[in-house]
Amino acid sequence: MIKKILTLVCASWLATSAIAAGGEVHLDSMAPDMSNTTSLQEGLSTYMDYCAGCHSLGHARYNRVARDLEIPEDIFMDSIMFSQDAKFGDLMKFAMPVAQGKKWFGVAPPDLTMVTRVRGVDWVYTYLRSFYKDESRPYGVNNSVFKDVGMPHVMLGLQGLCSAKPSAQDGHTLDPLTGVATEHGACASQDIAGTLSTDEFDEVIYDLVNFLNYMGEPYQMDRKRIGWFVFAFLTVLLVLAALLKRELYKDIKH
Amino acid sequence: MSKKPAILEWLDRRLPVTNAYEKHMSKYYAPINFNFWYVFGLLAMVVFINQLMTGIWLTMSYTPSAEEAFNSVEYIMRDVEMGWLIRYMHSTGASFFFLTVYLHMFRGVLYGSYQKPRELIWVFGMFVYLVMMAEGFMGYVLPWGQTSYWGAQVIISLFGAIPVIGDGLTEWIRGDFLLSGITLNRFFALHVIALPLVLALLVVLHVLALHEVGSNNPDGIDIKKHMDERGVPLDGVPFHPYFTVGKLPQVVLFLMVFCAVLFFMPEGGGYFLEHPNFEPANSLKTPEHIAPTWYYGAFYSILRAIDFPIFFINAKLGGFMAMAGAIAILFVLPWLDRSPVRSWRYKGWMSRTAIVMFAIAFVVLTYLGGQPVSFWNGVVAKIGTVIYFSFFLLMPFYTKWEKTKPVPERVPR
Repeated sequence: MIKKILTLVCASWLATSAIAAGGEVHLDSMAPDMSNTTSLQEGLSTYMDYCAGCHSLGHARYNRVARDLEIPEDIFMDSIMFSQDAKFGDLMKFAMPVAQGKKWFGVAPPDLTMVTRVRGVDWVYTYLRSFYKDESRPYGVNNSVFKDVGMPHVMLGLQGLCSAKPSAQDGHTLDPLTGVATEHGACASQDIAGTLSTDEFDEVIYDLVNFLNYMGEPYQMDRKRIGWFVFAFLTVLLVLAALLKRELYKDIKH
Repeated sequence: MSKKPAILEWLDRRLPVTNAYEKHMSKYYAPINFNFWYVFGLLAMVVFINQLMTGIWLTMSYTPSAEEAFNSVEYIMRDVEMGWLIRYMHSTGASFFFLTVYLHMFRGVLYGSYQKPRELIWVFGMFVYLVMMAEGFMGYVLPWGQTSYWGAQVIISLFGAIPVIGDGLTEWIRGDFLLSGITLNRFFALHVIALPLVLALLVVLHVLALHEVGSNNPDGIDIKKHMDERGVPLDGVPFHPYFTVGKLPQVVLFLMVFCAVLFFMPEGGGYFLEHPNFEPANSLKTPEHIAPTWYYGAFYSILRAIDFPIFFINAKLGGFMAMAGAIAILFVLPWLDRSPVRSWRYKGWMSRTAIVMFAIAFVVLTYLGGQPVSFWNGVVAKIGTVIYFSFFLLMPFYTKWEKTKPVPERVPR
């Protein structure tokens, strides 16, 4: 009976997470690595160069990021913080008036502090690599993960621009059941060449998303580390509790 | 017995300290055949205390306003020392509170713990559950994320289905023409003061009523029928230390499960903390998929299962009535069961089948509550709803007709 219920609960849990992970577009998966400080630093640098012009990290503070990413204060102040007025302890808000953002992009660029918690790392990783040429759009680009997105392809110089929507059929297998590509479509032909190769660009985006994943939950490493200590403590407590119970119940004839 | 310390002597003449300790702890006799199902009431209490304590600390840094609520939650998560731990303890606790209470209630169903003379314990317990639902709902609104906002929108609009007073009622609940900071502020007040007070009072009543008549047990035997010469039930052991210390290993095991979620998957796969709730509430942007938190899933499924008019009742009102009825019918459970025996161990095959089917239906309905509407989901939800109500409505008949097994006089050893 109990087993039955447990199995049911587990089964439904698995089923829903599978559906939730699905969606229409196949997403390339990436495994974030919070312990790779170099990658996080690279990601921060890319963020400040390409994203910070429009997107705030309004829940995070400069000094916390500097500390977590092991960047000395003077270097951080000189090369990362480009706002003259900002103080080291400030929130990372990069001013772009909402009205202006709406005028330029149709929608105010959202704060990205928790974008990986809302969308998931795979989504962001795939989205940033999925711009393609589309003359019907105001900035001449569209995105195969986020259709008709207001954002221009800011990293065009690095990636180049794919001439058409990467089609899943281009040498890729389709899932026979759903018809969804089992692999994200690669670009068939480049309209504009980028300065980086596909692999190099993927790595830049990996670092960037790795950094954003850190941003979403900067205390992740602490959380897990403390978790293991708590488990060690509870294990000892369990043994003691079990021994105590055995001692106590010796008196009872069951 | 050794002589009482002077201070206790002094106290006892002014306050029933020893008296209360004996009545509720050392001379409250718990049946010796308690099994693992009997730990969930204690666990619910543990989680309740966790909620109260972490809640106090969250309140210290939370700002209840539409402009600042979302920011202040992230402030707690990032800038408050160990704030993330306190917040996750509270959010994980909410789900575990419902989980333990559901299992605690199901224990009552399995062993007929609601039957005479324990009707009032069940009814107080049901009020606890009802207040918890309100408490959980209002708590989920406080972070003021997308799920908070749109979830509240959906739930409050349900009351709009009530004829005549519906619209006025929703406006009265919101305190505004639409969901706003005013709603957030009153939910905050209710969540941190009013409902916890009521909850604590109800828990006390629940326990007092239990201690008046004594605990049931998996065999549904009345242990007070066989006492020794000192008036101690032969099949009972003192609650303290035998239950308190005896259940300690289970409590630690529970804490391990709790901490596994807390430290390694605090979002609970998007069920305990939903992904859209990491985005601030936006009244102009409806999320793709709005589902209530998992613990309301079964009732939400029942609501959605009625998507057709019944005579002059339209589907919206019908759904609301079905949902309200599904909760209300639980209150009268003690008077629906007419079996001469308590525990399902001695009930007939009809009761046993009904209980198993009810349990499966409840789990399936809970699951479906978080799923988008589709044809097959709708069909399954309708079947689940029928099973849910049949369990209660047919209970007076199958419990009366079926042949039961004889209940032993003493706890079997």
